[in-house]
Amino acid sequence: MKLRETLATLGTFGLSRDGAERVVPSTGATAWLTTLTAAAMAFLAVFALALSLAAGRMADRWSDELARSSTVRISAPAEQMEARVRAVMEVLTTTPGIASARLIDETEQRALLEPWFGPDLPVDALPLPRLVEVIETGARYDSEGLRLRLAAEAPGAVLDDHTRWRRPLVQAAERLRALGLASVLLIGGAVAGMVTLAATAALAANARVIAVLRLVGARDVYIARGFVRRFTRRAGLGAALGTAVGMAAVAALPGGEAATGAFLTGLAFEGAEWLWPIAIPPFAALVAFAATRAAAIRMLRGIT
Amino acid sequence: MIELEQASFSYGGGDILSELSLHLAPGTFHFLTGPSGSGKSTLLKLCFMELQPTRGQARIFGQDVRQMDRDEVARARRRIGIGHQDCQFIDHLSIAENVALPLEVSGQDTSAAEADLRELLGWVGLSGQTAQLPPELSGGERQRAALARAVIMSPDVVLADEPTGNVDWEMAQRLLALLVELNRMGKTVLVATHDLNLIRVAKAQVSARVLRIVRGRLQAAGADL
Repeated sequence: MKLRETLATLGTFGLSRDGAERVVPSTGATAWLTTLTAAAMAFLAVFALALSLAAGRMADRWSDELARSSTVRISAPAEQMEARVRAVMEVLTTTPGIASARLIDETEQRALLEPWFGPDLPVDALPLPRLVEVIETGARYDSEGLRLRLAAEAPGAVLDDHTRWRRPLVQAAERLRALGLASVLLIGGAVAGMVTLAATAALAANARVIAVLRLVGARDVYIARGFVRRFTRRAGLGAALGTAVGMAAVAALPGGEAATGAFLTGLAFEGAEWLWPIAIPPFAALVAFAATRAAAIRMLRGIT
Repeated sequence: MIELEQASFSYGGGDILSELSLHLAPGTFHFLTGPSGSGKSTLLKLCFMELQPTRGQARIFGQDVRQMDRDEVARARRRIGIGHQDCQFIDHLSIAENVALPLEVSGQDTSAAEADLRELLGWVGLSGQTAQLPPELSGGERQRAALARAVIMSPDVVLADEPTGNVDWEMAQRLLALLVELNRMGKTVLVATHDLNLIRVAKAQVSARVLRIVRGRLQAAGADL
């Protein structure tokens, strides 16, 4: 009998094919909003990341390069200047922790002052102090001890180890780097919140579908899978678009010489740093996966 | 397979079912009758674990329903096919897809089942409606589709709530033949119905026990059935 054969074989079919996503209807506007919001968040995350990396570079540069150099400023009447300079150089060359001490000549001094006073500055006619550039060895020198020696052996010579103005700059740059990273994490949290809300709305809108699926023996993980895959894909796709646009925008920012330390012109990715924003779409997809799954499982537990 | 021991179900302060005991052994065929509102659908829902008894015990495939976790309930439901009176469907899926849904959720290949699916839909008179959406069908057609979905996994137990309520006599007999055939294959069948003629025809084909719900309690039906 044909009916018996049909009934006998109906329960014994072959391999599984996942159709959970197809069973859950697409939720139109919610779908686009999820993708669009993920794109916007990823765009902002690219800039937060660029800000963080640029601030990090600046902090490193300021703390590494400037930390190794100091300046000694020598003020004295013109007739005593040569003797005072010799005394300072003698003190510096016999101080442990100093790799080199170089007297900045008048040409170089004129170049340093040129941005402020113009090219026609009569350096000879001005009572300018002489400057000595001091480069440290790996082991730092004792700045307090050096100040005392300079005061005793070369009165009028003042040591400036840049600490006073360097420290707040380095601190500011480091805090900016931390703020950039915190912004990336906050953006990740916002994506999680947005996806949770959208997934909860989608689950509520599909209460009837869920009831039917429970009726035919669907497990919670099967039902959740339909929502999880959809929201993960939407968030990943949106984040990929936002990241691409964000990276293009960062690449299009006007550049500048890194040595100038100019912050605005340094807001960019350098070398391997370009790999960091590529991690944003998978990160967004991972966040969406976890948020949707948690929302779905929590909500499904309330349905018999 | 399905056992209710002194099971009661209360809703809104009063007992709908009161200290009722039912034992559905493998391969048995039961009819459940009673006036509207007597609790037939509630009893089927207790058997399907959609509801839990407020007092007493329900055991499904040897497990106490109260001790079952959600996955165990889902797995047990795959062994029970149910056709509800209100025929719940997923409206954006075609009738064929809705009927094949139990295969889908249990991870089976629905494309491999296509020929048998067509055969089953043909048997319940829905060959021409396979691609239609549930809202496009009449009440009777939806009932037939619900019964087809209930039996597509060839479950151990089939529960049918008024499966012939909106169909003509000829179709009612075809649906009965489907249930009788499943029972002959060793499946347990419980049908809630008002249709006494259907019960009489069934008893001529299969050894069926007829139960009646009276004031929340189960009684064996009289000799006229």
